[in-house]
This record gives sequence, C-alpha cells and structure tokens, in this order.
Amino acid sequence: MNEITPAAIGLSREDLPNSYIGRSVPRPNLPKLVQGRATYTDDVVLPRMVHAAFLRSPHAHARILAIHTDAARAVPGVARVFTGADLAAVCDPWVATLDHLKGMKSAPQYPLPLARATWQGEPVVAVLADSRAAAEDGVAALLVEWDPLPAQLDMETALDAGAVVIHPELGDNLVFARTAEKGDVAAALASAHKVVEANFVTGRHTGVTLEARSILADFNRADGTLTVYHSTQAPHMMQGVFAKQLRLPESQVRVICKDVGGSFGIKVHVYPDEVAVAAMATILGRPVKFVADRFESFVSDIHARDHRIAARIGVDADGRILAFDIDDRTGIGPYSVYPRTSAIEGNQVVNLCGGPYDFAHYRCTTRVVAQNKTPTCQYRAVGHPIATTVTEGLVDLAAEALGIDPIEMRRRNLIRDDAYPTTSPAGMRFEGLSHHAALDKLLAMVPVDAIRADQAESRAKGVYRGLGFASFIELTNPSPFMYGIGGARISAQDGATVRMDPDGSVVVLSGVTEQGQGTEGILRQIVAHGVGVALERVRVITGDTQTTPYGGGTWACRGAGIGGEAALQSAIALKQQILLVAGAMLQAAPESLDIVMGEVVDRASGRARMALSELGRIVYFRGDTLPRDLPRELVQTRHFITKEYPFAFTNGIQASWVEVDVETGMVKLLEHWCVEDCGRVINPMLVDEQIRGGIVQGLGGALYEHCAYDDQGNLLTTTMADYLVPMSAEMPDMHVGHVETPTRESLLGAKGAGEAGTAGAPAALMNAINDALRPLGARVTEQPFTPARILRALGAV
Amino acid sequence: MMRITLMVNGEPVTRSVEPRRHLIDFLRLDLGLTGSHAGCEHGVCGACTVRVDGEIVRGCLVLAASLDGAAVTTIEGLTDTGEGAALQAAFIARNAAQCGFCTPGMLMAAADIVQHHPTATRAEIREHLSGNYCRCTGYQAIVDAVESVLEAAR
Repeated sequence: MNEITPAAIGLSREDLPNSYIGRSVPRPNLPKLVQGRATYTDDVVLPRMVHAAFLRSPHAHARILAIHTDAARAVPGVARVFTGADLAAVCDPWVATLDHLKGMKSAPQYPLPLARATWQGEPVVAVLADSRAAAEDGVAALLVEWDPLPAQLDMETALDAGAVVIHPELGDNLVFARTAEKGDVAAALASAHKVVEANFVTGRHTGVTLEARSILADFNRADGTLTVYHSTQAPHMMQGVFAKQLRLPESQVRVICKDVGGSFGIKVHVYPDEVAVAAMATILGRPVKFVADRFESFVSDIHARDHRIAARIGVDADGRILAFDIDDRTGIGPYSVYPRTSAIEGNQVVNLCGGPYDFAHYRCTTRVVAQNKTPTCQYRAVGHPIATTVTEGLVDLAAEALGIDPIEMRRRNLIRDDAYPTTSPAGMRFEGLSHHAALDKLLAMVPVDAIRADQAESRAKGVYRGLGFASFIELTNPSPFMYGIGGARISAQDGATVRMDPDGSVVVLSGVTEQGQGTEGILRQIVAHGVGVALERVRVITGDTQTTPYGGGTWACRGAGIGGEAALQSAIALKQQILLVAGAMLQAAPESLDIVMGEVVDRASGRARMALSELGRIVYFRGDTLPRDLPRELVQTRHFITKEYPFAFTNGIQASWVEVDVETGMVKLLEHWCVEDCGRVINPMLVDEQIRGGIVQGLGGALYEHCAYDDQGNLLTTTMADYLVPMSAEMPDMHVGHVETPTRESLLGAKGAGEAGTAGAPAALMNAINDALRPLGARVTEQPFTPARILRALGAV
Repeated sequence: MMRITLMVNGEPVTRSVEPRRHLIDFLRLDLGLTGSHAGCEHGVCGACTVRVDGEIVRGCLVLAASLDGAAVTTIEGLTDTGEGAALQAAFIARNAAQCGFCTPGMLMAAADIVQHHPTATRAEIREHLSGNYCRCTGYQAIVDAVESVLEAAR
C-alpha cells in the first residue's frame, strides 16, 4: 500500500480508455432528470399517509395564550392536531452551541414552541389530514389567542440597554463574539501612508431551493423503526438527530434521501417543522408528509448573510497592505440553528478577511446577536462572500486612493505562490494556493486593454461601464476542527464500499450525497478509473443510512475531496483484490496484471487474459475451483479523513464587466470570468458548471435577492414575485478557467469547487459597479445593489 | 366535484375533481405524472410548465376543472413521443441540469422555442426562458443546449 502514488495508480495516465479522472463525461443521473423520472421526496407516497400543514406565527414575538383546536378537528379530512405540549411529550428540545466557540449561548428550541413564538413564520400548531388541502383547511379553522410582545429586530440595537432580551434566561442577546488579533493594528494604521475605511452591508437572503424542504416520516410500531424520506444533504447526521430528539436508538432510525431538488446549504440544518413531522409519525405510527410551500420556505428556510461591517485598511506609499481592522455584526434570529450553529458565518468572516493577501497586522471582531427574525445559518459559501466583499472592497478603495491600477495593487499584495505553506494572520493554515497563477490566467482570458478602451469611449458618450476584480480563498474539505471538536455529531470522515458483482459490474455505495452537483457522476468516474472498468459498468448508490457507509454527506464542498478519495481508495483496494484472485486463476503474479475496460490484461503487453465477468462467475459460482485459502472478497470499504490540515483551502479570482444605467440605476451584467484552483479536476464540465451556478447565486444575492422586513418584523418578500432571483435574460455568459494545485493530503488531490463562484462574485460585481460610477463620484457598498441604492449614491433621488 | 374528460399525453382521461384542484396537482396527485413540479404556486418559477392545447401554461395557475376537452402534454408525453429527444440529449451532453427540479418545465419551455421560434437568437432564447427559474446552473448551459438544438435543426 505504501507505494501507491497518483502516478502508480494511473492517475497521470490519460491513455487508457477507462482513465476517466479529468474527463468531461455526462452524469449518470441526467436521463431520469430530463425525462421527469426522478423521485423527489414529494413523489414518494405511502399507504395511510397523512399530510401536515402548520399554523405559523403571524407575529415576530408573541406569547401564546390559548390554542383552540375544536373547529380544526371538525374539518372534513382532518385526522389530528398537535401543539407544542403534545410533541414535547415525545421529543426533547435542542440547543445549538459548539464547545469550541467560546462563550456561545442559545436557548432550547422545541419542534413547536410551548409558550412563545419568536419569529413571524415560526411553526406553532400542526394539523394532519388526508390531503394537504384539507390540512390547510384545518389550519384556517384553528384559533390561537396571542399576546403580542415588543420585538427586537435591529441587530444594531440588540445589545443596547433597554433592548428586548429575546430569551431572558440568557441575560442578553449576545449569542457569540470573537476577536482575532495579530500584530499591532493601531500602530500600523497610525504609521500608514493612507488609511481608507468603508461600511459594508450584505443583505439578508436565502437559498430558494426550487424543491422546497420535504420530509415523509413513517414509524413502524411492529419493529420500532422510524423511516424518514428526507430532502437533505446529510442523511447520517439526520439519523442521529431524529434518534436523539425522539429518544430512539440510532440503529432504529433510517434516513432515505432520494433525489434532492437543490440544497445550497439550506438542507443541512435541523428545522423544527421537520422534527415535528418525525415526532407526529412516531406518535401516530403512520406516515406523515410535509412539503413546505413557497411562503413557508421564505419564512422558515434559514436566511443568511445579514451582516454590516465597518472596515479599515492601511497601506504604505508603495501600495503594500499593512493592516486590516474590521468590525462585523450579524443578526441571526431568535435561535442558533442546530447542530451547526448560527455563529459559524460570523466566525468565518473573522477567519477569512484578508485571506489572499500578505500583510502583518490584523484585527477582526464579529458580534453575533439574536433578533426576532427568521433564523440564519450556513448558506452556500458561508461567510466567504462577506469576507471577500470587505477585503476586495477595501483593496480597491486603497488602490483608488493611491492611484494604483487594481490589477497592479493585487500583484503587489497577493501572497506569492511559492510562499506556501503559510499561516494567515487570522490563523488559517494554507497548504498551497496559486493567487498569482490564477491572476495571470485570468488576464489571459479578460481582454483588459480592449475593455478599458471601450470603457473610455463609452464614458465619452455618457454610458458608464465598469470592470471589477475579486481574489478569494475558499474553505473546503473540513476536518473535525469545523464541528466535531465542538461536540456536534457531524462527521468529517466519509466512507465508500466498492464491490464487484458476478457479471463483472461494479457498485459503489458512498456516504456523500447528490443534490445536483454531480457527486454520483464523479464517484462513478473515480471508481471506473480506479478499478479499470467502463463507466457504464459502475452503479452509484448514495442517500440511505441503512446501506451506505457512515459519512457526513455533501456540504462544504467535501463530496469530491473526501467522498471521492474514499471511493478511490476502495476502488484501488478492490482492484488489488481482483488481481490477487486473477493471479491465482491465471498462474501469474498479481503485479504483472492490470484491469482495462473490464478485462484482466497482461500489464506489460496489454494482452487480454480474462473478462471480469468470467472471474465473477468463478468466484461466485465455482469457488470450489479456487485455491482453498485464497481470499476472494470482491468488496472493499475504505474511509477517508483529512489529517494534516484542518481545511483544504482553494483560491481563485473573478472579474465582472457591467454597465450601469445612471438614469434608472439598473445594472446590466455584460460578461463574467472566474479562474479557480480546486486541486485536481475530476470532471472539467461539472466543475465549470459548479462555478457558473455559484457565480449566479452570488450575483443574485448582490443584485436582487433580499429578505425585506417591515418595522413589525413581518417578512415582506414571501413569494417569488416579491423575492427576486436571477433569470436567464439577465445573466451574462461566464468564462471559467482553472489552475490545478492538488492537495497532497490525498491520492486524488481534489479540493472543493462548489462555493468558489458564490464566494467571489458579489465583490467582483461591487467593484465593477463602483468602477463604472467612479467618474461620477458615486460608490455603493450596501447589498443588494438595487436601482434605488445606486440612484441614491448618484444623488439622483 | 366536477367531472372532466381530457386527453393527457395522448390518452383519454376522465376524473372528478374539486373546483379548486390546480392542473399541477391534478397531474401529480390524481394521474401520478410526477415529472412536473410545483415550485412556487404563484405562476413565477415555471417548474410546473406543461402544454395545453399547443401552448405552454403554468400548471399552478390553471384549474383542472377548466380543462374538459383539452389536450395536455407533460414531460412524460414529450419523452414518450420522442419530441423532446434532441433537447434531452443536448441537456445531458451539456450538463444543463443539476438538481433537475426545474428541468421538466425548462424542457417544456425549450420545446416551445423549438416549435414556435426555430430561428431564435441566443438573446431570444434567454428571454424566452426567463419564465423558468433555475437555481443551480446559472442558465448558460441551458441556453447552450437549446441553441445547439436549434442550430442542428437549421
């Protein structure tokens, strides 16, 4: 095993027909998706199934005085009505804190609250009926007597004397605070040639998975098992959560994750209405289904990115960055979200600001405060768009103050590619990044001279165009340092079982999951490559806690780097086992043999010796003909966890080219570029599409998407007509390039790619808009960059 | 309850429906045609796009009771007749679907372009697909796929 290197296992060989790593091949999932033959959770129907609908709090903060259910129970089709007290009898509350986030506090959360609702949209009463429509009729017949309470909405006043303390037993609304400090920021800023400061706001927005959160739970009293069909990213984690909260043995809970219609981090959290469904199924001993409607999604899916940041940068006369000084505040709703907690996003801002740059002095504080709005938690590129917006916004402002070109400013300050490994002032350890190579590649793709000429020409005609850049780092492949050390049962390792069946086909069962990224596609490529069979001969099974090896699922871009590596190691082990058996059959040394496209071949000559189907026939049906002591287990399992680095950081740079209509404030996206380094690229097409989709999600949050509240804490954006997401006509064509710096932690060398687009796009867009507005003396730093905000910046309104 | 008789994917169907039953629920819940999806129920996202009497409509905005005598085509029909084959192949080749939830509705809208606007430019394709939201792809691959089918047909 010791001599297995990427080269030795054929990873550098692109000459074999089954050398699939690095090739753009289609995903196996696509035929069912394009034919309408996928199975999302709502497509699953079970006998005796009832449907849940929830009465949700109409108030941001209110005491529940009484719940009258008689009329609801009389509605035709209604089977049962459940209140918080009913569910508390079978379900324990949870508290979302992590031990390593020092001083963090949050209140116990029940599936349905016992005495008080703390955000508008919080589920309060559940009605079960024989159809969703009848359940909604039942909800309409419920009568809840409310005592509305003053709500704490503004994060800025949450810590003031006299603020409404949402959970009085916690003492105040401070959930978590952390300061990272390195060097002497005050002295560095005092001695700086220039200090530039700005306030940034990143708007509260949400994921809008097109498939809403969906769950179907069934408790079988006959054998005491809870089976949950769940649209989730982390089936094993949810297995543990349902078991713990419902006081069941973990082994008695099975979570099945069929096709998932988008996740983006939204579906990796514990939602009270979903736990309520599992609790109700357990009480009733029959299947209960709940699929959020769009209103429910907007008020109860986690929100994210509700930050305001006051930030300063100090530079010397040569444009060298001396110091960053950053103060971040975020409002996270009334509860930290279980089990990842809602402190991670702020913590990431502290970890990531300044990440691409070489500087010595750093101070960053985050304050995470409670408020009576929808809870926030981890959404695609957690904290990265915020940190990148602040960092790259400041770098551009400093360049402007010094009269240095933004590209030159970055050249002078990006950490040298040969300076790695290194540790950032925030304490992040970087194995190997490629900021300068990425910048060079980007400049080979972006026609900067032509764009600048066009820009000058356009300005002369009163048309304002701008080009903006944003370098970024992205945290992927997290180790237990992210959650495990804080006490959360969130697995950082993942497993894969690879087996060969009698016909010579191969099955891989993996703990990572598929929500559209192409996880199953790359697992198939890796296993086909590793074993030596045609792609079509590999079947991939994910999303079932009863059959797949224990793992963390897909989040934080770990599918390829962690799940893929486990699959590769299992595939290599299976290949070695197959060759051992083949060697005995063929009277050849196993190391003189290889497997190519499902045939055992002579390694030196390539001559075919035996088909895997023949080997399978003998092993499974004529084992009597094999040597008695020959091991013949054609199934292997390996688990993988990163060991050297807490995280595998990636990096990249984006450029955005836009036109701002100074009459209307509208931003037109003209073109967008991204170069990123996710280590070894397993499927270039899938990586490019992850980058493109991520960019658009980042652009959406920066331009359109906003969870807007009124002054009573009512969410105003609760339909897709009110909450705007990017549409095809508004989005630009995007050009994607790659630098490959494989991680040395694994054979595969893959790091994550799913969040890079989202991490950098808002900052590149902001810098492009401000580049366009510069001749007019205007600047925007508050997202989303709506026409109204742009016109305000221009002094036009 | 109202009794309706209509053609769905070329097959006659007779059912009694509540007046409030939407077409998308009728297809999914009463007929088991789960290829069409309910995404927003406000006629915005396009995941429920199906064809009624030759025109694409929002399944969440049409009442089933209004469809007596109508001809409805869903993604299942588009697949069975082979009408969608070229688009489906292009979507697969270009990875123009990620989670796939928007895909059936997107393909119905794309088939409408192929049928009614075979000379559509890239910008016109983007415009025509603006009623179909995709949260995963960023749209470029979808536009590429539709464009390639139109070009191949020319």
